[in-house]
Amino acid sequence: MSAIVRTLKPVPEPTDRLAPKPMVTIDDVTMAFGAFVAVENVQLTVGDGEFLAVVGPTGCGKSTILNAIAGLLKPAKGQVTIDGTPVSGVQNNIGYLFQQDALLPWKTAYENVELGLKFRGVGAAERREKVMGWLAKVGLKGFESRYPHQLSGGQRKRVQMAQALIIEPQVILMDEPFSALDIHTRHLMQNELLRLWQEDRRAVVMITHDLEEAIALGDRVVVLAAGPKSRVIESFPVDLERPRDVAEIKLDEKFMRLYRDIWASLRGEVEKSYASH
Amino acid sequence: MQATNVRLIQLALLVVILGGWELGVATGAIDQFFFPSPLAIVRQIVEWVMDPEFYNHVGVTLGETVLGYLIGTGLGVAAGVWLGLSPFVARVLDPFIKAVNAIPRVVLAPIFVLWLGLGLWSKVALAVTLVFFITFFNAMQGVKEVNPVVLSNARILGAKRTDLLRHVYFPAAASWILSSLRTSVGFAVVGAIIGEYLGASAGLGYLIARSEGNFDAVGVFAGIIILAVFVLVIDLVLDLVERKLITWRPRNGEERPA
Repeated sequence: MSAIVRTLKPVPEPTDRLAPKPMVTIDDVTMAFGAFVAVENVQLTVGDGEFLAVVGPTGCGKSTILNAIAGLLKPAKGQVTIDGTPVSGVQNNIGYLFQQDALLPWKTAYENVELGLKFRGVGAAERREKVMGWLAKVGLKGFESRYPHQLSGGQRKRVQMAQALIIEPQVILMDEPFSALDIHTRHLMQNELLRLWQEDRRAVVMITHDLEEAIALGDRVVVLAAGPKSRVIESFPVDLERPRDVAEIKLDEKFMRLYRDIWASLRGEVEKSYASH
Repeated sequence: MQATNVRLIQLALLVVILGGWELGVATGAIDQFFFPSPLAIVRQIVEWVMDPEFYNHVGVTLGETVLGYLIGTGLGVAAGVWLGLSPFVARVLDPFIKAVNAIPRVVLAPIFVLWLGLGLWSKVALAVTLVFFITFFNAMQGVKEVNPVVLSNARILGAKRTDLLRHVYFPAAASWILSSLRTSVGFAVVGAIIGEYLGASAGLGYLIARSEGNFDAVGVFAGIIILAVFVLVIDLVLDLVERKLITWRPRNGEERPA
C-alpha cells in the first residue's frame, strides 16, 4: 500500500499538459500586517482555464493571497499580475466568492445579481435579460424578488455565484466558499460550481481547508505551510477526468491515492499549526 | 383570556383614577385651581377641537415640527455619513461636536429669538439643534458598522465611490437612521413647543402658555393632552413609513437558517 502512495511525486509547475498561458502570476509576494508576516515569498502561477485549489492549515494566511490578487490588500513585497497587467487597486475583472454572506441584505436576489452590470453602466434591458438568465442557470427562477434573509444558505450561495460570475470575470477567486454549508448542500453546490465553470473555463483560485474539496474540484492542489510566514511547500497535479461528480469521485482509487499523498504533505503543517496555537 | 384580563384591569385602573379625581374635585378634597376636574378638561378639549381657530394653532406647531425635523435629520444624516466615511475629519471635529452637544438646547432659544425673531424660524432652529445630534450620531455609527465583507464585495463588483454611498453606506445606515428618526420626532415637537412657549403668537405651546398666564389650569392640562395625542399621531405615521421603507429586514420569525 505505502509503496503505491510514494509513486506519485509532486511535479513542479508547469504541468505536463499543454501549458496554457499564465493568467495570474504571484511573484515572490509577501503579505504582512505590521510586524506580523502572514505569507512570505509566495510564488504561484495560475494558467488560463486552470482550477487551482490552495490548501493549508487554518490561520496560515490563505485568504490574504486572494485579497492580494483582488487588489483589496497590497503586498508588502513582490507583485501580482493578472493577464500580464500588474494589480494595483481593487480589480474589476475578477469574481470573488466570499466565505461569509456577502450579498447586500437590502437588495433582492435580482438586484444583487444585477449590481456588477449596473456599476458597469449596462443598459436596463440587457441587464434584465442577463440577470434572468443567470438566476435560471443557478436554479433560482421565481426567487428574483426574495431578500437574502428569505433564502436558505444554499440559495444565498447560488445568488452569490450568479452575482460574481455575471460580469464574466477573467479570474474567479473563492475563499472557502462552501464551508458554512451542511455536507449535502455543499456537494450540491460543488457540483453546481463545476458545471458552471465547465461551461466557460476561467482561471480559478480556490482557498479551502477541506482537502477532499480541493482534490474533487481542482486541476492542481497547492499546499501552504503553517503560518506565520507561510509559503508554498508543494504542488500536486490532479489528473482526474472531467466532468466530475463530487460525491462519487471520492470513491475513485486515483482520488484516494492523491488524498493520501497530499495529506502526507499537509499533515505535518496542520500539526505544526496546532502546536503553535 | 390573559389579554382581556389585562385590558379589563387597565380599564378599571383608569376608571378608578379618573373617577377618584373627579369625585375628589366634586367633594372639594382636591383643589380645582391646581387639579381641574377631568370632565372640565374634556369639555375644554372638545371646545377647542370644535373651534376652527384651534387648527390654526395645530397647523403652526405641525409646520414648525415638520420643518425642524426635516432640516435637522437631513443635516444630521449628511454630517453623520460624511464623518463616518472620513475618520480623520471626525477625529479633528470630535471635541467641538461634544462641546456643542453639551449645551442645553433650551438656553439657545433666546438667542434664536434674537436672531430670527418671534416667528416660525426661531422655533424651527431650536427643533433643528435638538434633532440634528440624535440623527448625526446614529448615522455616523451606521456608516461605521457597515459589514466589511459586503463592502469588499461591492468594490470588487465595480462600485465607484458614489455607488458605494448609494448602494452600501446609505442602506446600511438606514436602519440606524430610521431608529433615530423615531426618537427625534419627540425632540422636534419639544423644540417647537418650547420655542412657542418662550415667545410666540400661535401654536400649541402658545396655547398652553396663554392658559398658564390666565391661571387657567384646565387649559394647561387640555394642551398637554392634545400634545400627547399630536406626538402619538406623528409616531403612528412614522411607523407606517418605516414599514414601507425597510422591507428587506427580517421581521420576527421570518429569518431563514443556513
